Amino acid sequence: MDLRDGPDEAAFRTTLRAWLESNVPAGLRGFRGWSSPAALALGRDWSRRLAQAGYAGLTWPKEYGGAGQPWRYQAVYLEELARAEAPQHLGVIGLGMAGPTIIAHGRPDQKARYLAKILSAEEIWCQGFSEPGSGSDLASVRTRVELVGDHFLVNGQKVWSSYAQIADRCILLARSAVTDEKHEGLTYLVVDMKSPGVEVRPLRQITGEAEFNEIFFTDVAVPKDNLLGEIGGGWRVAMTTLSHERGTFGFALAGALDVAVRKLVALARDRAGADALVRDRVAREWIDLQALRYTNYRALARLERTGAPGPEGSVAKLRWSEANQRLTKLAIEIVGQESRVADGDGAPAYWRYQQLRSRGNTIEAGTSEILRNIIAERVLGLPRSR
Amino acid sequence: MDFSFTPEQDQLRTQARSFLEKRFPATRLAEIAMSEDGWDRASWPELARLGWTGASIAEAQGGAGLSFVEEAIVFEELGRALYAGPYFSTIALALPALACAPDLLARVASGGLTATLASAVEARRAGDRWLLRGDGDLVPDAGWVDAFVVEARGPDGIGLYLAERHDARPLIRVFDTVDTTRRLGRVTFEDDSARLLAAPPAAAEIIGRTRRRALAALALEAVGIAGFALAVGVEHAKSRQQFGRPIGTYQAVSHKLADTYVETELARSLAYWAAWCIAEDDAQAELAASAAKAYAAEAAVAACERAMQVHGGMGFTWDHPLHRYYKRALGIESFDRSGAAHRADIAQVLLDG
Repeated sequence: MDLRDGPDEAAFRTTLRAWLESNVPAGLRGFRGWSSPAALALGRDWSRRLAQAGYAGLTWPKEYGGAGQPWRYQAVYLEELARAEAPQHLGVIGLGMAGPTIIAHGRPDQKARYLAKILSAEEIWCQGFSEPGSGSDLASVRTRVELVGDHFLVNGQKVWSSYAQIADRCILLARSAVTDEKHEGLTYLVVDMKSPGVEVRPLRQITGEAEFNEIFFTDVAVPKDNLLGEIGGGWRVAMTTLSHERGTFGFALAGALDVAVRKLVALARDRAGADALVRDRVAREWIDLQALRYTNYRALARLERTGAPGPEGSVAKLRWSEANQRLTKLAIEIVGQESRVADGDGAPAYWRYQQLRSRGNTIEAGTSEILRNIIAERVLGLPRSR
Repeated sequence: MDFSFTPEQDQLRTQARSFLEKRFPATRLAEIAMSEDGWDRASWPELARLGWTGASIAEAQGGAGLSFVEEAIVFEELGRALYAGPYFSTIALALPALACAPDLLARVASGGLTATLASAVEARRAGDRWLLRGDGDLVPDAGWVDAFVVEARGPDGIGLYLAERHDARPLIRVFDTVDTTRRLGRVTFEDDSARLLAAPPAAAEIIGRTRRRALAALALEAVGIAGFALAVGVEHAKSRQQFGRPIGTYQAVSHKLADTYVETELARSLAYWAAWCIAEDDAQAELAASAAKAYAAEAAVAACERAMQVHGGMGFTWDHPLHRYYKRALGIESFDRSGAAHRADIAQVLLDG
């Protein structure tokens, strides 16, 4: 047990911190998601620079263009990114989900075609999993895929797809056969988002921003070569994608929470430093942040030892989302009357946006209810609830 | 950065868990808790033989020369087993002061000395001895230990003294304590003679270190308690059938247990962090110990309360072991200061610094 950086990690952190100081575009510090065209333009350039400096694909194997570093480097990277209030690489779906899935299940020609452009941010990916009728119950997806001659034909609708409005490619989970066991009969494809018949409609959130989208597929022809895994074997491939979503996800969340707690402390010092109730709640949020941070370090040690993410990923997501909701609400209380006005870019507007945005946290990337089911069933071994 | 235990440390945990489960099954625990004496004296030499009393004591004094991280593992497992005996008192509360005298350390390592921490009103010099006067209240394990480390005000300020027990001195009154596995007492010194362990100002540093160790040790015990409450809650939810199904299939039940799991893991992370900070004398040790104790105590109380609810009426009975764990958790929560008071300390660092 040693909670200090080793010499290599410390050197990596120092270099990265200095690099971030001189490279994060001013327009992206403390940004609010990728919904504006101006942010997107900056984001593309930012992501290319991250890639050129060698910070994309830190944990990817060297043979696929990654840095082949242990997970702890990704953890340091996410901590430092948060510390600098810099946004992540625009291609997080490609880097964190599609890429590792292709590395695990793809053919050599697919690896050659896709992986380098994910790293370089030349191609942005999105995820086509959820549907209007399939949220938590992912295996019930109804978007149809059928093999017609030398290509697949895709028809259906996906929803909650972040980055779809700018994506070049989509990882799609669709139904190729109606079977008794619904996990069978699913097929996993890579779809070119520029194909005829693909239509993306942004969804406006309660914040007014549009970070995610609906995707409509109407007779979209997908080359047979774009199959990942086997026809009917899509569920297994999808599980790889989702397990990677949890890898070092906790570090990104704790990083975001670290920024939020720092800002909350500054706000409380400014406006409510003497209020005993506020002080108690600020201290609670600080303690929760430390608990999350050190739980991540324990998870990291396990990940490095076993290669597989443990249940701490679900713990981190569950607690982060609830902490962020509580914390932003506390900030709104401290801001008080002014929180009703969304003008400008001062504290009231910032916290109002954060508080509204936080309502999505307990829903996106696994609802709190599903996460509690996962913990109850897979960690505690309780009988299935359905 | 490596937040994991070594294979030797994992082995210590496995050894501790299996020894304690065999040595103190639920029936034995109930006997001890309801006995006049309140602990199983024969267990102390066994703990010493396992190397637990000397874990952090140097090899020269008969210890294992390890650190607070090893002691942390023992604290967590003793909490899980609800061990009734002066390990917390001797190792967390008394050891930092006893470390001023190598002969005392050797006695602790060999199992020949148990001690706790008390305070007296005054210490005055009488030739080459010191005499203590005054009451020390709410002293853990007061009725069981061989000696008292005493904080008392002397002519130059607060010092630390050692008063060994002999001929029914000092006077001890053991209270009817809610947690009968850790009984509290009042120790009355009436010019009882004592040995100076640390004079001011060195004593102040030891007192600070002792408090951090105590907070972290209790956080670790609390994690052990929460772990026990979770395990029995899960076991019951799997086996108890109602409406033709195990009650664990109902999310109103399973989600409660999932919340206990989450809070236990978070408390564990804080407690291990605090343990490491103490072992390394890290600058954050005080903050970490405070945060860990505040969080873990509340998590253990909540874990027991949820487990009782999941058990239904059975969880509310005297015969079920849960109430003993619950009472220990409540005792931990009110030791030193409440969670709110710890949070006030933390807020001071965050907001007034």
